[in-house]
Amino acid sequence: MSDAAQQDIEVSVNGAARRVLRGSSVADLIDALGFRPQQVAVERNKAIVRRPDRAGTLLQDGDQLEVVTFFGGG
Amino acid sequence: MTIVDEPLVLGPHTFTSRLLLGTGKYPDMESMVAALDVSGTQCVTVAVRRMEMGAPAGKTLLDYLPKDRYTLLPNTAGCFDAEHAVRTARLGRELGIGDLVKLEVLADPQTLLPDPVGTLEAAEILVKEGFTVLCYTSDDPVLAKRLEDVGVTSVMPAGAPIGSGQGIQNPNNIRIILERAEVPVIVDAGVGTASDVTFAFELGAEGVLLNTGVALAREPVRMARAMKAAAEAGRDAFLAGRIPKKLYASASSPTSGVIAGE
Repeated sequence: MSDAAQQDIEVSVNGAARRVLRGSSVADLIDALGFRPQQVAVERNKAIVRRPDRAGTLLQDGDQLEVVTFFGGG
Repeated sequence: MTIVDEPLVLGPHTFTSRLLLGTGKYPDMESMVAALDVSGTQCVTVAVRRMEMGAPAGKTLLDYLPKDRYTLLPNTAGCFDAEHAVRTARLGRELGIGDLVKLEVLADPQTLLPDPVGTLEAAEILVKEGFTVLCYTSDDPVLAKRLEDVGVTSVMPAGAPIGSGQGIQNPNNIRIILERAEVPVIVDAGVGTASDVTFAFELGAEGVLLNTGVALAREPVRMARAMKAAAEAGRDAFLAGRIPKKLYASASSPTSGVIAGE
């Protein structure tokens, strides 16, 4: 296994597997996905990650993340 | 002479318009924006859904709904158990909109009828977590009371199944709910046309929430205007107090002073 691969961990984002650098935070992930931080809410392993906690919450291998926003609905 | 009405008060929120509109199913964003504008609504429902992965960063719904104009009411549509609905409500709150939630715990995708047990369970949790819970429910007066007992801010009985456009199918149940409720009752779901809205208000509903009836009308903006007028007509008729229904006629013109006949 290469050094680069060893630095990666795998998380699930909205049901899709995604490799991220070990040590990445939730804030890093939102940034990497190109989402506007103010327009999304994040749940990690069924618990909300509050906005002020995003930068300090480091992703762990196997984390299940949901990143949502508002859509039209009734 | 000025004719006044009380505002609709839902927890910390006060609305002068008694129409709540959904934001789904419109042919395009422009017609949604125009329809909401014309309807006069101050409170609009929105759904919480996954961001599309890899989609270009374009406008989102929030860009079309100015915060100073509309209070957003996140729903838990699409949730079929209490836990799922509670998680969705928390995500909606995290989006920074406030503590309002339109709680829906549905039984199955075909009927979209509320699951009474799951609804009650989720309502209790969300109330404890400080949410202002507007609770979608069936037109069952017993369940409506049970929801009120756990502290929901409003009970929102369905007039008919979601998106069915059938109008209020069981006005007697709605009337019983209205008579016994100590929280505002908002008729939610089943509205097909303007007269359905008027009827709901004439029964005494404090508000009406609708989506499909406007969004899928041939002309959504015109229908939005009709719904606004219908809400005002029905509410005024309710407050004015209708005359009792009588079997026989009662002349509107004087019965004396009629000129001589044969």
